[in-house]
Amino acid sequence: MHLPAARGPLSARLIHLLRRDQDGESGRLAHEAESEVAEEEHSSPLTDIDHQLSLWIIYELSFHGFDDVDDQWEWAPEVAGLRAVLEAPFEAALRESAADWLARARAYDGDVAEQIFTLTEEFDEGPDLSRFIRREATPEQVRDFLRQRSIYHLKESDPHTFVIPRLTGPAKAHLVELQYDEYGGGRVGHLHHELFAATMRACGLDDTYGAYVDKADAATLASSNAMSLFCLHRRLRGAAMGHLAAFEATSSIPCRRIAAGLRRVGFGDEAARYYDEHVEADAVHEQLAAREICGTLVESGDVDASEILFGAVTCLALDARQSEALTGGWEQAAEPDSEAVPAGAAS
Amino acid sequence: MSAPTDREPAVEVVLCPDGPALVRSKVSPVDVVIPTDGSASTRPVSALCRCGRTGRDPWCDGTHKLAGRRRRPAEPATGKDET
Repeated sequence: MHLPAARGPLSARLIHLLRRDQDGESGRLAHEAESEVAEEEHSSPLTDIDHQLSLWIIYELSFHGFDDVDDQWEWAPEVAGLRAVLEAPFEAALRESAADWLARARAYDGDVAEQIFTLTEEFDEGPDLSRFIRREATPEQVRDFLRQRSIYHLKESDPHTFVIPRLTGPAKAHLVELQYDEYGGGRVGHLHHELFAATMRACGLDDTYGAYVDKADAATLASSNAMSLFCLHRRLRGAAMGHLAAFEATSSIPCRRIAAGLRRVGFGDEAARYYDEHVEADAVHEQLAAREICGTLVESGDVDASEILFGAVTCLALDARQSEALTGGWEQAAEPDSEAVPAGAAS
Repeated sequence: MSAPTDREPAVEVVLCPDGPALVRSKVSPVDVVIPTDGSASTRPVSALCRCGRTGRDPWCDGTHKLAGRRRRPAEPATGKDET
């Protein structure tokens, strides 16, 4: 993968910096970024594409890296400084956007696992994208959906692997158990991100890692960045696991619908296999994540339940934003008298 | 049912409230095979349906959540791929 095209002054300066050899020369990037971020005041970091792309590029240095960037940049002080400048308002915006649902979730009956399940049932923001794909989406709309989802699904589960050494006892054992299944039980070709790559190929898309970053909207990058933020900071391990639990708990039924939609538009079994696999896999994973990971983390006193629920709400809220961005784009492209996608439960 | 023993159990079954039964080998990963129809799971943990509504019998597919659990307003719980 090569560096993507800049989408604003922040990402332009970052890309300019990363193209140089990492020679220890002191940069002023973080300082410059501070004024840049201050100027974003009119827009939220959640919707600012330049902010999200810059964060995504920095996080990617810790995942696949870039062919045209020296790997030394991952831990360079200038980049770490810029990352902190971008992360602070991002996290603050996530906490602000989660506040209402977090207050509701904390008041639900039962332990944290029950609260997560109730939250995923009650959360009703955003269009019901999986039902739209099941019933109405055109082949090109399905491809649009897969292009956006590829930003995360081609590195599916990788962020959470960074959390393993930050947990102890039963929560750690159960996260390893879950990740082992995500990585295909050690069988080459069965890693879930490999299954997604096969889906992309079967739908006539480029399965190269990062191929569609230039088309990714701010909501898609924010979803990916939230996972990186949570999973790369030890202090946010509770939010990381709450995010995982909500992700898994809103997967089985939507995946069944998406698989049906892929078959309806004629993409076939090979394309649907990733989604078929997730119907059963995530019915297991939601129980593991909510009860045996989040539940034991709170029981042991390692993590506060409200941090777990913050992560869970963030997962659902960003997924709703992603669905809104996609369907909003389709509505704009459609004839003015075409029907809007019906609102409904988030998927 | 036999009396509990002191031996470490080879298989653990966790009954999830309002959810499936998780089946996990405590020794080494094993395939879970249902003799009646030959269906098998090779996951580290498998989830067996307890609500009877799954479309992937005997495995849980999350359909129990469409069943109007707790205070959620009624949604048709046809069990199969209702969309």
